[in-house]
Amino acid sequence: MKRYIGMRLVYLLITLFVITTATFFLMKQLPGTPFDEEKLNRLPVEERQLLYASYGLDQPVYVQYVRYLANVVQGDFGTSFTYKNMPVKDIIANRIGPSALIGLQAVVLGLSIGLILGIIAAYRHNSAWDYFTMFIAVLGVSVPNFVLAALLQYYVGLKWGLLPVAFWDSYENSILPSVALSVGVVAIIARFARNEMLEVLQQDYITTAKAKGLTNMAVVMRHAVRNSLIPVVTILGPIVVNLLTGSLVIENIFGVPGIGSLFVDSIKMNDYSTIMGITIFYSAFYVFIMLIVDMLYSVIDPRIRLASGGE
Amino acid sequence: MQQQEKASLDHLFRPASVSAKEPEKISRPPLTAFQDSFRRLRKNRAAIVSLIILILLGVLAIIGPWMTSYTYYDTDYSAVYKAPNADHWLGTDKFGRDQWARIWEGTRISLLIAVLAAVLDLVIGVAYGAISALVGGRVDNVMQRIVEIIIGIPSLIIIILLMMVMEPGIMTIMLAMVITGWVNMARLVRAQILKLKEQEYVLAARSLGASNTQIILKHLIPNTIGIIVINTMFTIPSAIFTEAFLSFIGLGLQEPMASLGVLIHDGYQAINTQYHLLLYPAIVIIAIMVTFNILGDGLRDALDPRMRK
Repeated sequence: MKRYIGMRLVYLLITLFVITTATFFLMKQLPGTPFDEEKLNRLPVEERQLLYASYGLDQPVYVQYVRYLANVVQGDFGTSFTYKNMPVKDIIANRIGPSALIGLQAVVLGLSIGLILGIIAAYRHNSAWDYFTMFIAVLGVSVPNFVLAALLQYYVGLKWGLLPVAFWDSYENSILPSVALSVGVVAIIARFARNEMLEVLQQDYITTAKAKGLTNMAVVMRHAVRNSLIPVVTILGPIVVNLLTGSLVIENIFGVPGIGSLFVDSIKMNDYSTIMGITIFYSAFYVFIMLIVDMLYSVIDPRIRLASGGE
Repeated sequence: MQQQEKASLDHLFRPASVSAKEPEKISRPPLTAFQDSFRRLRKNRAAIVSLIILILLGVLAIIGPWMTSYTYYDTDYSAVYKAPNADHWLGTDKFGRDQWARIWEGTRISLLIAVLAAVLDLVIGVAYGAISALVGGRVDNVMQRIVEIIIGIPSLIIIILLMMVMEPGIMTIMLAMVITGWVNMARLVRAQILKLKEQEYVLAARSLGASNTQIILKHLIPNTIGIIVINTMFTIPSAIFTEAFLSFIGLGLQEPMASLGVLIHDGYQAINTQYHLLLYPAIVIIAIMVTFNILGDGLRDALDPRMRK
């Protein structure tokens, strides 16, 4: 177990290194520079050279790359081009809070409602509950989340005046965006949980458990749910990463100062250091979650060996 | 006396020609697994109705734009924001373009993207995940690290670079989807097969000398079919909306091209005054989603041998 985790951590660093390298060189191929092209063209050639030199952009790409890597290893992610020379680390630290709060609430809400709906739907197969769940699941993926967000803003925010519509002043501001994000999660989790439960409930060990005289509740909770969690955990991994690192659309609509819109802007503006900073942050988080998910497999189902086939 | 009578009758009997194979013969042509599944699907009325609606939508996507004299790109500034009428069946948008033509043109593109996403998922995703899980060990390790790298590199950068090499448009979006679209399916199939491959029947098949390919095709994928179908159902809308998102940030389809995602987005801008611009594309997309879902569930039940009655 320890050996496996150690190995995976080494691989994790290698993966991150490859992602960083590939992103760096691809990013340098993007058209344009981080500077305002019009103003740049008005500068005399010497001043332009000075400007490039001050950011190290006059060097060949591989020199820039080695420098950047050396800085990252020392924990320096550079300064942003667009946000008045703010360190990228500070920008991410400022922006991640709202995104993570909304994402976490959406995941918790979506996971709990989705699991409950899915389990009951499978247990009462072809009942009204089942159809209701499937209806929610189809609706949850068919309605684009910006439409849902607009409806929430209109009814809950404007018409009933229950919650603030936009901006980021207090905790109440996080509720609507979280709900808007969680609907998709509910749909996905409910669907996968229902499907797995339907299969698990046909297994012989469920019949055995019932024959032993366990209550329905105990059969479902102790035997069925655990055995149906593998797909849920798998699909939850990327969902967690994507939601906690921000959603561009939802953040735009609700005026949340999160990380999603920052990333799209940085790519559009060629803000090299911000692109790299967010990429490294995002992929480190993703790779780490994948490791957790892989370890959870063998916790959920001990028959799955961690380093299967490795020996 | 009696003996005599019996002897005289004996010659009337002849031994019937009994061959050992005769009773074992199967009198009807055997059904293949596919035919069997199709028979079960045919009994599922909701799935068949969904299939018919889907075919209808597909046909409309092909002939719809030709049914009206207007094209999806012709602007008419004397007829902007018209409500549905006899001339413009579904009204016109902010440039006076005929919404009927635009919706079916958009359905064409969205269905194309949906089908591509589904095929990618089913071919690359399933095969990748299955091989990764079943072979295991070092192969699994390398294949999963590749997946992580593909996810890690921001797809937006790749898409912008693709735009520089290729023309912006439907081909570029599809290529961008080819690169990353199958990853979730691969992870899901891998997880399920990691669980299934430790089951007794796989061990039994292995000890009977079945090859990896046989085990994957005959034992593991049929037992994963539920997850495969469900994930395909989720891939289709997310592909359609990814395209809409790319068009939204200016990297997808170029005007005057339309997809359902673009139309919904445009309609949403005018929701307060011209709700029909949002309503009809939304009806089409929801019809596609609901029918795909019901058909998918029907297929799942039809393909799953345990659902056999």
